[in-house]
Amino acid sequence: MSQVWIYAELKDGAVKKVASELLGAARAIVEQRGGAEVAAVLMGEGVGALAEDLGRRGIGAVLVADDPVLRDYRTEPYAAVLADAVKARKPSAVLFPASLQGKDLSARLAGKLSAPLATDCMALDEVAADSLTVTRPVYSGKARAKVRLTGPVQLVSFRPNVLPPVEGAGTTPRVETLPVAVDPAVAARVVVKERLEEARGKVELTEASIIVSGGRGMRGPENFALLEELASVLHAAVGASRAAVDAGWRDHASQVGQTGKTVSPNLSIACGISGSIQHMAGMGSSKYIVAINKDPEAPIFKVADYGIVGDLFEVVPKLTEAARKALA
Amino acid sequence: MNIVVCLKQVPDTETKIRVAPGGLDIVRDGVNYQVSPYDEFAIEEALRLREKFGGQVTLVTLGPQKAEDALRFGLSMGADRAIHVKDETLLGGDPLGAAAVLAAAVKDEAFDLVLTGKLAIDDYQEQVGALLAERLGLPSVSLVTKLEIAADGKRATVTHDVEGGREVVEVALPAVLTCQKGLNEPRYPSLPNIMKAKKKPIDVKDAAALGVDAAVVGPGGARLTLVELSTPPPRQAGKRIDGDPATAAATLVRLLREEAKVI
Ligand SMILES: Cc1cc2nc3c(=O)[nH]c(=O)nc-3n(C[C@H](O)[C@H](O)[C@H](O)COP(=O)(O)OP(=O)(O)OC[C@H]3O[C@@H](n4cnc5c(N)ncnc54)[C@H](O)[C@@H]3O)c2cc1C
Ligand SMILES: Nc1ncnc2c1ncn2[C@@H]1O[C@H](COP(=O)(O)O)[C@@H](O)[C@H]1O
Repeated sequence: MSQVWIYAELKDGAVKKVASELLGAARAIVEQRGGAEVAAVLMGEGVGALAEDLGRRGIGAVLVADDPVLRDYRTEPYAAVLADAVKARKPSAVLFPASLQGKDLSARLAGKLSAPLATDCMALDEVAADSLTVTRPVYSGKARAKVRLTGPVQLVSFRPNVLPPVEGAGTTPRVETLPVAVDPAVAARVVVKERLEEARGKVELTEASIIVSGGRGMRGPENFALLEELASVLHAAVGASRAAVDAGWRDHASQVGQTGKTVSPNLSIACGISGSIQHMAGMGSSKYIVAINKDPEAPIFKVADYGIVGDLFEVVPKLTEAARKALA
Repeated sequence: MNIVVCLKQVPDTETKIRVAPGGLDIVRDGVNYQVSPYDEFAIEEALRLREKFGGQVTLVTLGPQKAEDALRFGLSMGADRAIHVKDETLLGGDPLGAAAVLAAAVKDEAFDLVLTGKLAIDDYQEQVGALLAERLGLPSVSLVTKLEIAADGKRATVTHDVEGGREVVEVALPAVLTCQKGLNEPRYPSLPNIMKAKKKPIDVKDAAALGVDAAVVGPGGARLTLVELSTPPPRQAGKRIDGDPATAAATLVRLLREEAKVI
């Protein structure tokens, strides 16, 4: 009876919350395949203690690869260790968060195993003995593709926030060790020099459950402080339209849209953004959209669940104040 | 410095996507095509490196006849030559198949670097770069925003996006790098270059020439297959919240808490 695995990605030394979201999908696959259990894979250096945290989330088995060669995430060493583990233990599926790391690792693993990979999925549709059917956005979110993965092991990455987190009854997990045998010549091909941690502790845009974003209507980089403040009250990430990025007001990494990030938060608050087709492509699958724009004809109002016609420089500070009061 | 750039022709970003009857493709009538935007970053970076170090920039695509336009566009930006894998039996496969075909097309080229886009904006797979690196047995770095080649041409210092920030890594060459927005500003082809590009060589190859088996790397061998394409239900315009800024803000917070339950 084969297992279904979850890749337990770490951030700042802790397991990301997306692990609990993947757990639901993993359980569904195990149940329908009559498989053994869900196991989490934990990789890094000195990470063994985090197994308990996975247990508390209801995961009964944790496979740990703990080695200095895994201290920094690097594509090849991680993919090599994971590929060896998959070949030895034959899980029927491995689920990843559709994070930058999850997507990089799963793609290289797919190459090593010649296994199918569906990235950025939003739903698990069907489970069969040797196939999975999932839904993923294509054409920058303008369409959705239902795709089928077949073969002895299927790899899927799910977007954060789209699967409901499950909290199983906490247990003390069974911990097993994965062998780490990385060719030193391969490990030496990529060396991490420096992390520019400008965003340490900040909420990553593609994983945030709330995003506050600003466009050309923000008028200048200094005014994004208004959005940062609202974001800190809501524990949100700050995004931007291409107009704001191209003007040099925000880093390219914060661009949402067709040539930026595709996001799927529970709530997206668009301030001074008109709602172009390219921008909407990236944020159209937000569960709720709020638009704050002074132009009542702005296209963003056609898709917004809640719209305020007004000057963002007046509305946003009031919104921050009201949210702070309500959430206090 | 010889550089291979993989590029894909995709419907342009203005395209309104409609699903064709049968649900397995989009309506193609009237669609304009372009080089996938991330691949333009890759071409631009290759040209800048050639300007610095000399060498050749070779474009590669797997695509139908009309994908030649995408290659001509890249040639008119300034690339030297192109390889067009044009074979009906190889179209419609999965990313593993595409990577195997691209690997076969470039493996006998003398190159120091392979550049791809982070993703192609049609299928949004975001995996062909890493798959290609694996097929070629090379290291890869994803989401590159800055690239410096060491004087000896054997290593590169690369800045790339990681969770919540950026990271600088050193990578041994040859390597496969996937290009991200922020790397550069792609140039527009000049008129003289557009004219010159018409005469630049494009090698056309099929499965036999590449020594690949279409039953494995083509649609028949695909392990990831499309079942159905749909467009998301159109969003409806919701509530307008009126009142002065303070009242509107308070109403919005209440609705977000009580009705939407998202804060
Ligand atoms: C190939 C290609 C790719 C692209 N990719 C992307 C992408 O990834 N992401 C993206 O966002 N765009 C992208 N674009 C650009 C897109 O077409 C739009 O130009 C862009 O999204 C506009 O940004 P904006 O809404 O901030 O600016 P505008 O369209 O200029 O809108 C600004 C809005 O702010 C409002 N406003 C002004 N002042 C105030 C105020 N004081 N209070 C309230 N409201 C105010 C105005 O009424 C207006 O609606 C792409 C374009 C192309 C051609
Ligand atoms: N058919 C193709 N021909 C050439 N390059 C491709 C093709 N498909 C994907 N690529 C390359 O791989 C990158 C990632 O594509 P994808 O994984 O399909 O999103 C693209 O930006 C291209 O550089």
